[in-house]
Amino acid sequence: MATMAPAKPSGRGPRPSGVQRAAAERTRTTLGRRRVVNVVMIAVTLVAAVVATLPLVFILWHLVQAGASSINLAFFTQIPKPPGEAGGGMANAIVGTLVLIGAASAFGLPIGIGAGLYLAENRGTMLANTVRFLSDVLNGLPSIVMGIFAWQFLVKPMGKFTALAGGIALGAMMIPLVTRTTEEMISIVPVSLREAALALGYSRWRTSLVVILRTALPGIVTGALVAVSRIAGETAPLLFTVLGNQFWSLSLREPIAALPLQIFNFAISPYDAQHSLAWAGALVLIGIVLIISLAARFATRSRFGHGGD
Amino acid sequence: MSEAARPLVTTRQDDTGIAARIEGSAIGDSVYRWMTTAFALCVPVILILIAIGVGEAAWPAFKTFGLGFLTSSDWDPPHNVFGAAPAIYGTIVSSIVALVIATPLALGVAIFLSEFAPPWLRQPVAFLVDLLAAIPSVVYGLWGIFVLQPFLRDRVMPFLAGLPVVGKSALFEGPAYGPSMLGAGLILAIMVLPFISAVSREVLMAVPRSQREAALALGATKWEMIADAVVPYARSGIIGGIILGLGRALGETMAVTMLIGNVHQISASLFAPGYTMASLIANEFAEATGDLHLSALMAVGAVLFVLTLIVNGIARWLVWRVSREARS
Repeated sequence: MATMAPAKPSGRGPRPSGVQRAAAERTRTTLGRRRVVNVVMIAVTLVAAVVATLPLVFILWHLVQAGASSINLAFFTQIPKPPGEAGGGMANAIVGTLVLIGAASAFGLPIGIGAGLYLAENRGTMLANTVRFLSDVLNGLPSIVMGIFAWQFLVKPMGKFTALAGGIALGAMMIPLVTRTTEEMISIVPVSLREAALALGYSRWRTSLVVILRTALPGIVTGALVAVSRIAGETAPLLFTVLGNQFWSLSLREPIAALPLQIFNFAISPYDAQHSLAWAGALVLIGIVLIISLAARFATRSRFGHGGD
Repeated sequence: MSEAARPLVTTRQDDTGIAARIEGSAIGDSVYRWMTTAFALCVPVILILIAIGVGEAAWPAFKTFGLGFLTSSDWDPPHNVFGAAPAIYGTIVSSIVALVIATPLALGVAIFLSEFAPPWLRQPVAFLVDLLAAIPSVVYGLWGIFVLQPFLRDRVMPFLAGLPVVGKSALFEGPAYGPSMLGAGLILAIMVLPFISAVSREVLMAVPRSQREAALALGATKWEMIADAVVPYARSGIIGGIILGLGRALGETMAVTMLIGNVHQISASLFAPGYTMASLIANEFAEATGDLHLSALMAVGAVLFVLTLIVNGIARWLVWRVSREARS
């Protein structure tokens, strides 16, 4: 690419006239400029790629630098100390986040997978197209709107903040993602597999659930993990639903602590001790999210590694 | 297997057995059909419920202030006077700042990955950029408060203010405290970058080979091929990706709340603090003093809901049009 071959005058035909020679000369100089532009633009896009990865490097580096020192046994086993006191941990928040993930998955996964099955098996119908479009729209809605929705329908009528409301808000956020990945994964299952099952006398529903769903399972698991990794760090909907809790609570009918919420509260607090806990919490949260993301990646890879098409 | 191996001549009992099985499977099939349809219907139902819920919560405020709610910039909870103009202004300005910074970068990354990068580099770089989307908003906020904000205050803002001509403009006016529109816009830029670049990469990859080959055959350099043949072909998809990024930026809450300063004011300067709709709701919800205050916050949420609904609808439509064209 860097070697600049001169513009080739064609060897055939009569000798070029003066006008043609001038044109060729002009072409040669503009060609040189065009090549310079080409190289410059390649460099520019390369710089863009480097710059785009820099924030990630900086964020991870600062997280480790500021958070690693506060990660110890107490962090995973104790609940927060009163403001201003050193020590304490985020055990209740970590467990709370796991409870919320469980509740959200229990609500979001069945609906998402069911809707995905419907979309994959009813392609081209009016309802399928509408649902597909709306699930994309739902996917783009701000998470804070989900929080308002759960607050209006669950927190307000019940008169108190509950872990359940948070689980529903997060689960609703999972639905569009799970729906679309399920649809995609089912639609790449070869049609011949379905036909074979039907030809063997399987009913349609057994074909779908036993043959198709099982074949697409690794992909669907990936989609579910991606959805979980996305909601694990969500904070905004939790402000309106679970509120947070300084103490241990596992009940779905009580306010519950959550890691992202705890990080937020500690980050904006005036105490240095809480700042370091916030960094440590962020490091743990990122760890959880990254592990889930990598697991998702691994699930797909092993699927395609074992001889799909 | 055993079914296939069964003799073709069957007895009466087998016949009734098969009939019962066929009937049973017909019931199973219709139950299955109804179930998946019901699950599919959950998606529109949830959207409608969100609209109803947000609308219901916002109604008292809209009833009290009418459309003036959108244009008034008074926000005075003790006197029950509310206007969302500063928050709407801040939302739009911070999102524009984010897009101005993120779009060229994201396009550069997408073009680099789809056209220039050697295959072994493609996957890792794409993975790293995609990882930006996996970082929780609150972690961006934390990093923003303790790393980005001091850096902006001590280095970037004095530098911008010292620039000739531009530095004297209203954009970079006033003291640099730290919490600012610029900081919020910058963190938003980092957050929407992976979305824009992922969509752009996809639509660029979907541009047919023949399009590239035709340009190259006409003597175009690689860059001319990209600028004249590939990007124009993918244009509406790229615009869709940018608008998708806009949708993200408009509704982003935690990181912005932590960086923008949360002040009800409209200022031309990017150094000044402000509010966005999402940060206003998140910041004041816990301390809302009365029913009308709460309702006013929900009304801000309703505006945000409608805005993102429109923006996302347009974006999806654009991206779909491109992918449909690419397929046909």
